[in-house]
Amino acid sequence: MIPLSWYLILSGLLFLIGLLAVLIRKNSIGILMGIELILNAANINLLAFWRYLYANSGDHRGQMFVIVVFVVAAAEAAVGLAMIISAYRRKNTIVANEINELKG
Amino acid sequence: MSPQQFFFIITAVVILVSALMTVITRKMMHSALWFVLALLGVAVIFALLEASFFAVVQVLVYVGAIAILIIFSVMLTRKAMEDTGSQVNKTWVISLLIVNLTAIGGFLAFRSWEVLGTFPTALMAEHYDIGELGMALIDPERFALPFEVTSILLLAALVGAIYIAFQRKEGKK
Repeated sequence: MIPLSWYLILSGLLFLIGLLAVLIRKNSIGILMGIELILNAANINLLAFWRYLYANSGDHRGQMFVIVVFVVAAAEAAVGLAMIISAYRRKNTIVANEINELKG
Repeated sequence: MSPQQFFFIITAVVILVSALMTVITRKMMHSALWFVLALLGVAVIFALLEASFFAVVQVLVYVGAIAILIIFSVMLTRKAMEDTGSQVNKTWVISLLIVNLTAIGGFLAFRSWEVLGTFPTALMAEHYDIGELGMALIDPERFALPFEVTSILLLAALVGAIYIAFQRKEGKK
């Protein structure tokens, strides 16, 4: 039997790695992958708490949250990558620092 | 150590190593492939949590759709990030500091928490059934509203993504 803390430690570390990816990657696609890692860490947390504390009481709120996170992740990946491709067509770059047309 | 714990540790190591490789690999293509491995590991974790439906959805949505989208965009934009020059920002020291501070803060908050030692009670057969979740999703008393809002979000994202990525013929410079 696995104690709850193992899952929490795993998802915490995965969150930190995702945060690192978001902060240090120059490439916009790398940043997007970091965001996906963070969402995955949140999903592990949600499902672990659901399984350990609520699964046997017929409470589905944790699972519902995971479904919503899946949908948001898919939507975010689709829109984010469309924006990256569009920026690449116009500016020929995907470095987040160089996409600054809105800067005053 | 029970077989379950052994399996968990192996999966966790695979996830963390491949996630770290996603961050530090220089070539975006390799990075994307490591990312796929991390997602598959998370699917195994879901299976260990006895959430078989979510393990399948993880493989379908993440590995099947999101990873393919990412690999496609990496291939489409490869010229922009040739393998010369640094792949990380100049401020990476500050970033590392922020991540470390977050880790320390999280650890301090984590230490004094009494749910940590919780062990799972065996999942009853009637809760193992995915039909229960499906009924909850369409029940107006429970999750019908979030379900509909989520589907509208997905539709809006689809339309928006097509609109953004669509190449306009006339306004081209």
